[in-house]
Amino acid sequence: MSILVNKDTRLVCQGITGSAGSFHSKQMLAYGTNLVAGVTPGKGGTKFEDKVPVFDTLAQAVKETRANASVIFVPPAFAADAILEAVASGLPLVVCITEGIPINDMVRVRRAMAGSPTRLIGPNCPGVITPGECKIGIMPGHIHRKGRIGIVSRSGTLTYEAVHQVTQLGLGQSTAVGIGGDPVHGLGFLDCMKLFADDRETDAVILIGEIGGGEEEDAAAWIKSNYKKPVVGFIAGATAPPGKRMGHAGAIISGGKGTAHDKFRALREAGVQIASGPHELGSTLKSVLRA
Amino acid sequence: MKIHEYQAKEILRGFGVAVPRGKLVQSAEEAVAAAKEFAPKVSVVKAQIHAGGRGKGGGVKLAKTPEDAGEHFEKIMGMQLVTHQTGPSGQKVRKVYVEEGSDIARELYLGVTLDRASGRNTFMASSEGGMEIEEVAANHPEKILRASIDPVVGLAGYQARDLAFGLGLTGSAVNSFVKFATAMYRAYDAIDASIVEINPLVVTKQGEVLALDAKINLDDNALFRHKELAALRDPDEEDPREATAKEHDLSYVGLEGNIGCMVNGAGLAMATMDMIKLAGGQPANFLDVGGGADEEKVTAAFKLLLADPQVKAVLVNIFGGIMKCDVIAAGIIAAAKQVHLAVPLVVRLEGTNVEQGKALLASSGLAIIPADDLGDAARKAVKAAG
Repeated sequence: MSILVNKDTRLVCQGITGSAGSFHSKQMLAYGTNLVAGVTPGKGGTKFEDKVPVFDTLAQAVKETRANASVIFVPPAFAADAILEAVASGLPLVVCITEGIPINDMVRVRRAMAGSPTRLIGPNCPGVITPGECKIGIMPGHIHRKGRIGIVSRSGTLTYEAVHQVTQLGLGQSTAVGIGGDPVHGLGFLDCMKLFADDRETDAVILIGEIGGGEEEDAAAWIKSNYKKPVVGFIAGATAPPGKRMGHAGAIISGGKGTAHDKFRALREAGVQIASGPHELGSTLKSVLRA
Repeated sequence: MKIHEYQAKEILRGFGVAVPRGKLVQSAEEAVAAAKEFAPKVSVVKAQIHAGGRGKGGGVKLAKTPEDAGEHFEKIMGMQLVTHQTGPSGQKVRKVYVEEGSDIARELYLGVTLDRASGRNTFMASSEGGMEIEEVAANHPEKILRASIDPVVGLAGYQARDLAFGLGLTGSAVNSFVKFATAMYRAYDAIDASIVEINPLVVTKQGEVLALDAKINLDDNALFRHKELAALRDPDEEDPREATAKEHDLSYVGLEGNIGCMVNGAGLAMATMDMIKLAGGQPANFLDVGGGADEEKVTAAFKLLLADPQVKAVLVNIFGGIMKCDVIAAGIIAAAKQVHLAVPLVVRLEGTNVEQGKALLASSGLAIIPADDLGDAARKAVKAAG
């Protein structure tokens, strides 16, 4: 088992003929992801890499190929619309990689998704991968290895750090999810922790947060009373000055809220084993698994 | 993106938000002329910088006569204004705004910004006008009224009335407030602001509701659809290093330390800063070169780091994912040669083709200090910086 994606995932790529979309679609195909369709308005009827059919609309793509997940590589000005199209098509999972979507666009998307069964990952995220089965996103596939450790993180490269260290230990990942660095986004830490809790093939989880917002604290509160498996945690940005946006639109300490200090404390109180730095995610995991 | 008070007020006025009359002035004569126009009302002479707390720092002065306005102009224009938001060196005043005075009966607070937890834009109102809203939130959270906005509906009339009555407004001030808040939300939504804050919002003795101060920050991600707003950018108010970084599509924040950092990914860049601190050093900056860092970007990043005279060592931390480590190493070598790197360079590479990358660095002839992991890299950089 795993969470969110597996060998039965049938993926459609929105924006498959753009430069990022085509590059990463090739990478996903090479990894073995079951990429069944692409969408680029005006390019319907063509084939991507001589095998993946391209459609004008997502509705057509879903009808013809029975796709059950989409990945979005559409430029920021049109990405919110692409998410809405995916929600309207009734897809159970949408992964939006696009970085730089206006915040108010995402406020409207979130409103439009209220009550919808569609799950959104991102935007501004590396994606989700179940090693050996399905890679959706921009992460380097070869650093992963099938295993029983769940990983959830707001940051792309920090996710790769964690994955790499877990693989080096000779362990592997059940599923690794990058939830993204924007203030308004889809699945959060709490959602992912609940999914990992119900996944019989996940033995432990590495959770990597960042400054800004209160989602790490919310997840910590839930872990404290509900989660039984070992969790290793780290929060990036302990040295970030207040009021400065640290790259990600969501990584900002404002009004004294969202500090690394508060998040570390919440995680520690929830029984999460804190790694002193990102280089110790693997060794900290090893110590909790031994215990 | 931040803009000035006078620009914010002009935008708000355009949406029907009540703001006092005012003029941006270039000389003492113009200040006097503006004040004469507002007479017999008094005038207020206000320094325009991108920071709050201007009044306490001496950047806002009341002029009882037009001549006073001229004198205040002379003092304020060009002054080094220090507030709690500028840092100890302050910010030079390059723009001065003269505004008509108001008959203030009450000072309130009104702001609208994103509430991340609900994913909705939310109004906050408080009867504690003129105070820092963070302070009110920390000490008297019960004094902050909230209204969560459904983006499909906008600010509903009943929500605006709830806020008005909650603030204790009566009579004509209630309708005046409702009109004000409704127009303010329309502005917030239309210009893709990330915050619109009126502090203080004043109720005049005549029962009018007016924006005495106004702060607007714009969502950088939405500027592509607001060319006229993007033009309001004032480079004089920005850290020149951050402005240069923006030109090269690099994400940079200047800090106080002496170890320059170059990292791919925002999370890893923050974590690198944390590691430097943990190793006993201080980072000079946050710098994310992004996922597709090529030689050109790496060179621009190096130039940016080395332009900071405080930098005594550089730490490069790259996790090569889709980008291969040997390609990144070649970029680092070319860039380091081009900028004649004179400070110690610590490089930690990990990921795809890491062995080829390390071999390239070792045979480059450059005095590069290789590091095995992030902890090792931070310790070596701190040591190299002395």
